[in-house]
Amino acid sequence: MIGYAIAFGFVCVALAQIMSMIRLIIGPGVGDRVLALDTMSVNAVALIVLLGIAGGTQIYFEAALIIAMLGFVSTVAYCRFVLRGDIIE
Amino acid sequence: MNWDFIAELAVCVTIVIGSVFILVGSYGLLKLDYPMSRLHAPTKAGTLGVGGILLASMIYSFALGDGSLHELLIMAFLFVTAPISAHFVAKVHLHRDHLKQDLPVPPKDPLWATKDTGGQPQPD
Repeated sequence: MIGYAIAFGFVCVALAQIMSMIRLIIGPGVGDRVLALDTMSVNAVALIVLLGIAGGTQIYFEAALIIAMLGFVSTVAYCRFVLRGDIIE
Repeated sequence: MNWDFIAELAVCVTIVIGSVFILVGSYGLLKLDYPMSRLHAPTKAGTLGVGGILLASMIYSFALGDGSLHELLIMAFLFVTAPISAHFVAKVHLHRDHLKQDLPVPPKDPLWATKDTGGQPQPD
């Protein structure tokens, strides 16, 4: 039963990743692209955690944590650059 | 009806709920019309979606015997940083897509995000 749930989760998160990638490509404004990139990093965290559940291991935890932190930092850096023209003033 | 079956059922239910919320969030990001509505959609993926999958990982590690609460760290980090990044993206949208004549004068100070509306601050 848990195998079916994990397969369903992989399919859903992969479809979500593809849809946010389409928004990243077509997105009319800069804000949409930054938002799509942020959503993609959040979905990548979910994908890595699902991989950890499927493998029954805990070694993917650090990768998920690092992707979560770097996704937030990159979102804030992009937004600061668009807003102020500089990241660290 | 033993504890293994209950744990497996809980893991399955949380994985399905979380992945459906992630799918709905990204579908809304692709489908909705206006940038502010698009900003609203992926917040579901950021809180309930990833939260459900991390909860499933925690329950599964407890069911396997070596329980760990590491995933709470990711969950807390995502829940703390999601409003900050949403606020920044909203500021970017306001900064790029609206002329400053169209914006109303905000109550306390003349600055709207990064624009000076030129109006006087309204007294309380």
